[in-house]
Amino acid sequence: MVTDTQRGPDGTSSATDDADLDALIRRIRRHIVRMVFEASSGHIGGSMSAAEIMSVLYTRVLRHDPRRPDWPGRDRFVMSKGHATPVQYALLAELGYFPVEELDTFRAKGTRLQGHSVLGKPPGVENSAGSLGMGLSFGLGMRLSARLAEADTRVWVLMGDGEQNEGQVWEAAMAASHHAAEGLIALIDKNGIQNDDHTTSTMVTEPLDRKYESFGWAVRSGVDGHDTAAVEEALRWACEVRGRPACVIFDTVKGRGVSFMEDNPGFHGAPPSPEQYEQALAELGVTPEARP
Amino acid sequence: MTTAPAPAATREATGPTLIRLHEEGHDIVVADADLGKSTSARLFGDRFPERFFSFGVAEQNMISAAAGMAAMGRIAVATTFAVFAEHAYDQLRMSVSQPNLSVKMIASHGGVSVGEDGASAQSVEDIAVMSSLVNFNVVVPADVVEAEAVIEAAIRTPGPFYIRTDRPKHAVIYTDGARFELGRADQLREGGDVTLISYGLMVERTLEAAALLAAGGIEARVLNMATIRPLDVEALTRAAAETGAIVVAEEHLMHSGLGAMCAQALASRAPVPMEFVGIDNRYGESGVWHEVLEIVGLTPQAIAAAARRAVGRKSG
Repeated sequence: MVTDTQRGPDGTSSATDDADLDALIRRIRRHIVRMVFEASSGHIGGSMSAAEIMSVLYTRVLRHDPRRPDWPGRDRFVMSKGHATPVQYALLAELGYFPVEELDTFRAKGTRLQGHSVLGKPPGVENSAGSLGMGLSFGLGMRLSARLAEADTRVWVLMGDGEQNEGQVWEAAMAASHHAAEGLIALIDKNGIQNDDHTTSTMVTEPLDRKYESFGWAVRSGVDGHDTAAVEEALRWACEVRGRPACVIFDTVKGRGVSFMEDNPGFHGAPPSPEQYEQALAELGVTPEARP
Repeated sequence: MTTAPAPAATREATGPTLIRLHEEGHDIVVADADLGKSTSARLFGDRFPERFFSFGVAEQNMISAAAGMAAMGRIAVATTFAVFAEHAYDQLRMSVSQPNLSVKMIASHGGVSVGEDGASAQSVEDIAVMSSLVNFNVVVPADVVEAEAVIEAAIRTPGPFYIRTDRPKHAVIYTDGARFELGRADQLREGGDVTLISYGLMVERTLEAAALLAAGGIEARVLNMATIRPLDVEALTRAAAETGAIVVAEEHLMHSGLGAMCAQALASRAPVPMEFVGIDNRYGESGVWHEVLEIVGLTPQAIAAAARRAVGRKSG
């Protein structure tokens, strides 16, 4: 039975109070903008939209230990929207999985920080991703394996809302319900924009909540994905779901934190210009010369 | 025991072998896509229901979920038909091949010898598809005895495997026990004039071709190249050097199968006259399995004719 929430085995965590958490999230956003600008490529929008979800999960709910990425008792986090590596790398570095300076190598020759997720590179990345729609299946397999060992390992899978277009997601949703996969938790970063355009233009996925409910999942929707208290409450709710998988649908804003990037399809996978970069960092409270 | 073993399909080895290996301590889980009775994997599920996971008719989810189980340290066996394994190509690529996880895809009903079900059910391209994946071992056993040894090797060897098994019952070649070694061709007949290479149920036909050739004074070496990837380049190069001509016979598209891989390997090492017996840019059709093999030209006579052509092209 998955019951409690706790920190890593050594009590490791950061952002134990709200001010620390807010500061962490600000640094994450600065890292994201800097990494994508310096690499001249990468996915800002869907990284910014997930900053609170990821930061709250890793500092408040996920059982993990940055000093022991292979700790068998850890929860598993599966990044299914594998283009959102900037937010994942920035968070893992800030938490101590690898040096923050390594973020400078994002997408560069010889880096461990490829454009899309690669299992084990850097430490803390639990899956390979990039082709959308596979993470929920991968996480289901992880959870079923953990259950076979009678381990209470929770498996958290972060997906985008555009990703819900993929048929494999619904194969996994059906199978997770069939197998009563308690402890498998789908997190949907519903920022309303996919690669080319708004989801309403490209492919309507709503009503997502009723779809997951009809597949047999426990669903919490309408959660403000940028309100850390609301995010934490929803994540803790998901931990308490019994007998079936849980899904939390977060309402988020793509490009959140930089005015001209917010809800702008132009910042799904394109870097900012030098002028936009300076303005973005100014809005995030730093200059290009300053480290986050 | 004086009676010859009964003919059997290689798929019949899957369930019983997995049961034995789990009983011997291997941490096996099996994923099924609603074909467990036909693949024989269901036998494992009957014995170890908690380790047998039904994913329904959803191969893409099955493969990525099997990869998730492998990421947790299990040896994950995924089973379906060969044509449906191809349905999950990108899952095999990104969920399995790229992270190099221990997912063992055991795909039955390979090739056109599926027979009556017709073209849609007959995999003429699975070896090309699976051999295109980095890190994958690709193996096709010649009979049910070798199939057991192949599955055991896959369970004992870390990393991804694609194993093609077949539907029809056919003769047992390894009546004295399996000799399978991963990555090594097995020489079934010695001969100095030409080398015949094949895998799967074409091995039996290749041995028949060698007998036809011997009656005409041509002595053929026969290699069972059960492991297609990694290719046994050493045995291949030695065969080219020692016999001076090569024929590759396979139940697969000619332009993208083992023959093409052998030609590439030999082109830079020991080019010799080569001939190919395979399926020429077409799909199969309905019929009894051996009839379909004849329709697409996979006969001992065709192999023998190809060998004569190859021998005729040898210089000196």
